[in-house]
Amino acid sequence: MVEKQYIELFEQYREEVDKHSAEGMNRLRDAALETFKRTGFPTTKHEEYRHSNIAHAFDADLGLNLRNIPVKVSPYDAFKCNVPNLNTHLCFLVNDRFYGKVRQGELHKREQLSKIKPDYYDKLKQEEPLPEGVFAGSLRAFSEKYPEQFEAHYGKIADYTGNGTVAYNTLFAQDGFVVYVPKNVTVEKPLQLVNILRGGVDLNVNRRNLIIAEENARVKLLVCDHAVDDVHFVVTQVTEIAAEASSQVDLYELEENSTKVTRLNNLFCEQQERSVVHVTGITLHNGFTRNNYRFKLLGEHADVHAGGLAICDKKQHVDNFVFVEHTVPRCTSNELFKTVLQEEATGVFRGRILVEKDAQQTLAYQVNRNLVMSDKARMFAQPQLEIYADDVKCSHGLTTGHLDEEARFYMQARGISAEEAQLMLMVAFTRDVVDMIRIPALQERLVHLIDKRFRGEFTRCGNCEICM
Amino acid sequence: MRYRSRGDCKKQFGEASCYSMATRTHSYKQTMLKIKNLHAIVEGKEILKGINLEVAPGEIHAIMGPNGSGKSTLASVLAGNPKYEVTRGNITFKGKDLLEMAPEERACGGLFLSFQYPVEIPGVSMVNFMRASINAQRKYRGETPISASEFLKMMRDKRELLGMDSQLVSRSVNEGFSGGEKKKNEIFQMAMLNPLLSILDETDSGLDIDALRVVAEGVNRLQTKENATIVITHYQRLLEYIKPHRVHVLYDGKIVKSGDPELALELERRGYDWIVNL
Repeated sequence: MVEKQYIELFEQYREEVDKHSAEGMNRLRDAALETFKRTGFPTTKHEEYRHSNIAHAFDADLGLNLRNIPVKVSPYDAFKCNVPNLNTHLCFLVNDRFYGKVRQGELHKREQLSKIKPDYYDKLKQEEPLPEGVFAGSLRAFSEKYPEQFEAHYGKIADYTGNGTVAYNTLFAQDGFVVYVPKNVTVEKPLQLVNILRGGVDLNVNRRNLIIAEENARVKLLVCDHAVDDVHFVVTQVTEIAAEASSQVDLYELEENSTKVTRLNNLFCEQQERSVVHVTGITLHNGFTRNNYRFKLLGEHADVHAGGLAICDKKQHVDNFVFVEHTVPRCTSNELFKTVLQEEATGVFRGRILVEKDAQQTLAYQVNRNLVMSDKARMFAQPQLEIYADDVKCSHGLTTGHLDEEARFYMQARGISAEEAQLMLMVAFTRDVVDMIRIPALQERLVHLIDKRFRGEFTRCGNCEICM
Repeated sequence: MRYRSRGDCKKQFGEASCYSMATRTHSYKQTMLKIKNLHAIVEGKEILKGINLEVAPGEIHAIMGPNGSGKSTLASVLAGNPKYEVTRGNITFKGKDLLEMAPEERACGGLFLSFQYPVEIPGVSMVNFMRASINAQRKYRGETPISASEFLKMMRDKRELLGMDSQLVSRSVNEGFSGGEKKKNEIFQMAMLNPLLSILDETDSGLDIDALRVVAEGVNRLQTKENATIVITHYQRLLEYIKPHRVHVLYDGKIVKSGDPELALELERRGYDWIVNL
């Protein structure tokens, strides 16, 4: 059993784990350990993981940086990120540790960088501070600065007593990223978190994010996942979002990892009345990815808009699982998930909507469209609606198919070559997911990146000349 | 075939298009399109059973016929729709074997099909679609891509020619367009691409009388001595606005009668049964 070695490792090194973590994180470890011992990692025997064997990823001989040994990194790595020039508040996580903003001492590196990218350097120089009271930084610092907030939310939204992967993450996570926006504060400029994966050996990284938007607070966060080194990484990420009354939270995740990265992502979001949450995950390049999105609508008139786009070729694997729970009346959920599969890629979509008995006048929409471009690519898709209220509007639409031949012929009939028409149609297919993103500059950049991706102009992340 | 002087050409089309127009004209002085004994099948069923047709520059031909006679199949075969398979016969376009050419080569060579059912392409804007089309055709002719300002001016001019809402061209191709808007959009694309041979497949269907007039005027304005048009229609109505030189009646996959424009009027009066029972 693959779990055994990790349980032993934890029991043996628990002191080390605790020593380098926030006190509040350690308090959950007993319960997490108990869960993990009971459930282990999900395997294909679990209905919800039928097409994605999670345990398999942990078979490899993976290192864990439990002693918090600093990883050599330069902010230069982050600038390889494909979404530069966005004018954001920029932060880094290196593996699972918060790296902080680019520090003063690294200015000379920036100057070197400025020779390559003058406008980016200028933007960094002019960086404005965050609005007063807003926190964007490491979990550890947050737990010291805002202990009450930390206690109230950490581990309260994520289900670490039921889900094996989340329990595992809760067991080993030592740091992560927090965004905290107090009541009535709007963070105008989007925050950007760049997750850099670095390592000389195969590595397991366990990262934790917490987003708290208090009443009427507004914040947008872009998270870029980025593997720098050519080793195997198995990343578990747990993100908790607390969207309090009338708050607005936008979270956009962009994965551009190498084919050697396994990303096990669990997002848990709880929404109070009139809160509006936008979450869109874009998988531009990856190895093996499982995204779990779980939204709980707990206050009336809460809206959630969840989008997902996966572009896969080679033997890449993307599995998006979405679970929306309508527990109170008059909430809206809107899902749009798309997959483009080429070569021997595999895509999975499972969308579960639960409308509880009291959740009258719910509006719940789910759309899943998948484009299969090759005979060897496979798509598994399943909508799952459970509706216990009688006055609701729910709909789901699911299609998996090939490219629209009529549209291609129409374009050819205007002089566009078959290949170019195909590319344009593939990019067009992704368009409405990109349109869900409420950062115009990011939209533009994504359209460009998606076009490049389909043209095969980047095959592996980590040496992204394209943003140089 | 009358040869248009370079001066005339310059007046009407500007310096740039004048040269290509003149060189194009030279190579096919006699006929532009020659269809010989064309047979075609779709899903195993023979639809075209021996079509013969010649079209010369400057001419407008109307092809009429009852439902299911093969009118749209002929249009689709000419444009190169892969759903249709040609089993016998041949087609030459400007002296070249048309059936050997991919759909995009035909388009780049100057053949244009106005679709009976224009296709909606969500996510591709009209602007990008037109720019890609024009540049593909320019590239084929060895020309440089169109400049942004020239392109925008052209879009505006042609849009006004068809009286199209500026909103329409900023939307996705045909997405959410009404039936009439889609047909106008076909003629708009025709105006943008300036083809040598235009095939209008039931362009009048779904148009109200005002839209019909606008579309027909657009087509007439684009007609020159160098290019030709094949109008496929079910009713005579469109031919009140677009005056054909020749009218052909297609029935059961063959052209059973050809004549002058009077034929269209006679058909309108006596119905297709009259031809069938000849």
